[in-house]
Amino acid sequence: MDKVLGELNGAVYTVGSTLLELSYLLAALLFVYGLKLLSHPETARRGNLWAAGGMVLAMLTTLLLHKNADGGGIPLANVWVILAAIGVGTVAGWIISRRVKMTAMPQLVSLFNASGGAASALVALLEYPNAMEGDINSILVTVLGLIIGTVAFSGSMIAYGKLDGKVGDVMKPFMTYFNLALLVGLIVLAGYLVVSPNPPVQMLWAIYLITALSLLYGVTFVLPIGGADMPVVISLLNALTGVAAAMAGFIYGNQAMILGGILVGAAGMILTILMCKAMNRSLLNVIIGAFGGGGASVQGEEGNIKEITLSDAAVLLSYSHNVVVIPGYGLAVAQAQHIAHELDTLLEGKGVQVRYAIHPVAGRMPGHMNVLLAEADVPYEKLVEMDSINPDMPNVDVAIVIGANDVVNPAAHHDPGSPIYGMPIIEASQAKNVIVMKRGMGKGYAGIENHLFFEDKTRMLFGNAKDTLQKLVTEIKNF
Amino acid sequence: MESALQFFFTYKEAIFIIALSIFLGIEVISNVPAVLHTPLMSGANAISGVIIIGGIILVGHTDLSTFSLNLVLGILALIFGTLNVVGGFAVTDRMLEMFKKKKK
Repeated sequence: MDKVLGELNGAVYTVGSTLLELSYLLAALLFVYGLKLLSHPETARRGNLWAAGGMVLAMLTTLLLHKNADGGGIPLANVWVILAAIGVGTVAGWIISRRVKMTAMPQLVSLFNASGGAASALVALLEYPNAMEGDINSILVTVLGLIIGTVAFSGSMIAYGKLDGKVGDVMKPFMTYFNLALLVGLIVLAGYLVVSPNPPVQMLWAIYLITALSLLYGVTFVLPIGGADMPVVISLLNALTGVAAAMAGFIYGNQAMILGGILVGAAGMILTILMCKAMNRSLLNVIIGAFGGGGASVQGEEGNIKEITLSDAAVLLSYSHNVVVIPGYGLAVAQAQHIAHELDTLLEGKGVQVRYAIHPVAGRMPGHMNVLLAEADVPYEKLVEMDSINPDMPNVDVAIVIGANDVVNPAAHHDPGSPIYGMPIIEASQAKNVIVMKRGMGKGYAGIENHLFFEDKTRMLFGNAKDTLQKLVTEIKNF
Repeated sequence: MESALQFFFTYKEAIFIIALSIFLGIEVISNVPAVLHTPLMSGANAISGVIIIGGIILVGHTDLSTFSLNLVLGILALIFGTLNVVGGFAVTDRMLEMFKKKKK
């Protein structure tokens, strides 16, 4: 392995270091291939395993073949320390991923993302003193890796706290300006650090200050963002972690890290843009957070709420031909996915066609509803995307809205003053009858009235979605 | 202008990799069905745990003879990185398993 193969740009290279680079190439290809397979339902599971294989390969060859600048390999004692640390992370990661409830998936993705961001930030922080003096590029990537990794870490922790209900939304008018000032301060400080002629060791105060400011920025950046915007934020934080890893890749000149990181960054960015499109808002608008506060929308014409009894709902559903269920975050909170599936099998048994209409941003992360309903064994042919179901909505006998609000709010079409004006919605109001299951008359996350609830064909069933569905199922069974 | 050109020439390989990776990422992911948004995100999230390579290099060449804060932070980075990788891939697999199950 230590046999010298030749010399390039004044440095000799051995069989070992050549094999290491080859393994990185293979790992990078496996990441690409895995991600490609992950984007098709048939091959997704294999894709995930291929990508994981690439990761294991890169880890093993690094451990065995990596040499420092003096040509020294990783000493055996260090190998044991590394294996022990990896062992701890593996056991913890495995247990958490097996035990977590499917309803808690958005929190979990945020938590793992936070931990990836923290790892990137720590690596950048520890490598900073080794950055080459006067080498703008090496200092730049280190500082960028530190800032992006730290923001991804603290931002994801706040997102985790919010999704888990531990942290509330905090939106104060001054926060936009505060965040802007913080961001400008960070950029100025980072710029100063990069162009400063002092050796990195003398600039440690600045690097610690940058770390602290980045931690703070991650917190104040995610805090004001409302629950309905969570899918955008989670995808964005995901992209950031990828970019942070890529920056660390530049520190080490490691192509597998660079390619893997940028790939994740690009994928995360696409999801972010997709989510923004589904809400008809710009990314900037989500980040600055114009939502929620601007409730200057029409309030006057509220009209009457009409409730429906469980037995009437049971009769209505049993005599329908075509029913569409529109799930939202309320379904996830109540963990009502299994009982929703029980309702749809029961109705199918009576010859009723039941489909689920999935809005792209329903729930708290991209694809949230799909995961939940898959857990409850709802066949995915029954899950219909918004654009496919909307033309068929006038033929639907009953639309059941379970714990969704803004994604069916007709104000998106009619009310230019509404914060969600222009957002594509599922046209529940086009159905012949609408049943809305809701905990109470509270407004949605966007804090806007929903005129769908006041329409003549709309009937309300108040209560926890799971309890209500349970009672409804019993009622239909007895019918 | 001249310095921008110099910058490009000095780091042309890196710039090539970045540009092509972004393009590749966009090509590979575009048109992914909504069903797969969550698994894709969580799988990609696991790939960003590739930072663990950095952690291995870092701790691998840290002097163990003296106890240092650097060592502790390096080990912490390794643990966090592994958590991201193992947890991310495992939970993605668990989700995809559910999608598979009901296809029969």
